[in-house]
Amino acid sequence: MAKQRVPALEGWFTMDEQNPRLVGLKDSESGTYFFPKDVSVSRAPGHADAALEEVELSNTGKLWSYTTNHYKPPEPYMSPDPFEPYTVAAVELTDERMVVLGQLAPNVDPASLEVGMEMQLVLGTLYEDDENEYVVWKWKPAAA
Amino acid sequence: MSNQVAILGVGMHPWGKWGRNFVEYGVHAIKAALADAGLDWKQVEFVAGGDTIRNGYPGYVSGATFAKAMGWTGIPVASTYAACATGAQAMEVARTRILAGMCEVAVVVGADTTPKGFLAPSKGDRVLDPDWLRFRLLGATNPTYFGLYARRRMDLYGATEQDFAHIKVKNSRHGATNPNARYKKVFTEEEVLASAMVADPLRLFEICATSDGGAAVVLSSLDFARRHSTDPVRIAAISTVTPTFPDTYMDMPNFSTDSAAGIAAPDRSFKDSISHAAYEEAGIGPEDLSLAEVYDLSSALELDWYENIGLCKPGEAERLLRDGDTAIGGRIPVNASGGLGCFGEAVPAQAIAQVCELVWQIRGQAGDRQVAGAKAGITANQGLFGHGSSVICIK
Repeated sequence: MAKQRVPALEGWFTMDEQNPRLVGLKDSESGTYFFPKDVSVSRAPGHADAALEEVELSNTGKLWSYTTNHYKPPEPYMSPDPFEPYTVAAVELTDERMVVLGQLAPNVDPASLEVGMEMQLVLGTLYEDDENEYVVWKWKPAAA
Repeated sequence: MSNQVAILGVGMHPWGKWGRNFVEYGVHAIKAALADAGLDWKQVEFVAGGDTIRNGYPGYVSGATFAKAMGWTGIPVASTYAACATGAQAMEVARTRILAGMCEVAVVVGADTTPKGFLAPSKGDRVLDPDWLRFRLLGATNPTYFGLYARRRMDLYGATEQDFAHIKVKNSRHGATNPNARYKKVFTEEEVLASAMVADPLRLFEICATSDGGAAVVLSSLDFARRHSTDPVRIAAISTVTPTFPDTYMDMPNFSTDSAAGIAAPDRSFKDSISHAAYEEAGIGPEDLSLAEVYDLSSALELDWYENIGLCKPGEAERLLRDGDTAIGGRIPVNASGGLGCFGEAVPAQAIAQVCELVWQIRGQAGDRQVAGAKAGITANQGLFGHGSSVICIK
């Protein structure tokens, strides 16, 4: 009866429901990370010949900022009908020192958020069809 | 002295929303700038056009489009696109040609118009396109980013909703008598705070519109200026710097920033580096400024710019605003033109329009919005995908 949960985008994150991770690339020569993986060579200047390896990234970080959108965005945003305001959070990953955007997980009150608080990566539904729930990474305050 | 060029003339088509051919607005601006310079089109030796990417082919070859519209004279042209920094980059192209001694007089022009019909993204899944993905996966609209920056000011620095509304009110007072402004209504804080929430904490009246408009400048070598003009305003610097890796600022329209895990973030952020390069080239500092024109895409963003151009330290922008320092009559008026709040954005023309304002101010021709004794000004702006934009004009 339950729909299958599948990634909305392949290869960007692991489907581990308890401990999901974003998947990026690492240039070990400079120690730099990239997410998403859309680089052909390392963008650290002088390291264009460095090998790039796929790695799982931190799933915790500090909240850089957040905002709740009250206007329905155009396609290709998959909006519920009727539109519901949704919150976007920017989180600086603990180890990789890079800020990554994500939607706020459901049932989190944006009024409880504060810049600097610890956040944790979870999986959440982006949209559904008759067969599947399409999931994407989302952020929620780290478990107290 | 060595990198200076003269601004002999400036001209603008008023900003508005008519959907007419962008070429018409640009030609109007060129003719006004030439008349202001006291020069003939046939004396122009180079055209640097700022492209519009919403108007098909003629917009991608703007230099030639405008040279043809004014009447072919065989001169070389250049066409430039750098998102919101387009106008500054076009001015830089013209300036370097003049400084190389390859021409004496150049026109720089940019114009945009509202395309007919809705700008709908093309159908189909474009999973390799980050700009498609940011909508699909996140709903990260442009105001989303402005909301993130505004919220950060509130949580880090104690900025309030009233501060953001105050910027809109201040700029609306400035633009109320600007003949080229699209919106001339003077707002109250109550009206701004009553407008619909768009991207919390930003409201509808705090986010700039998109407009039609056209602006042009006539640049010349100092030598030519000496022979043809008395004491023209000069460009003392143009900055078109790009970021230094790693760029750790969560910039539109990206999903993520660079990582500072391997290579340390540079001492100066990209936004700070834009005006820094201009100050270095001009040999002046923020303390020497009479006024500044900055990119208030949202009213809250203007506060970030105060810090980015060195008017105050991080976290102090709200104090500058609340003390009245950045209103006309204050210590360092910002957006005396009325800013994007009164104009809306016409991408390829906007950086040029910022320079037009500085010129009118320094000449003492700004009418009711005149900043007393203006003698040095800076423009600051940033184009998507890493384009710095800053011009310093001096008496």
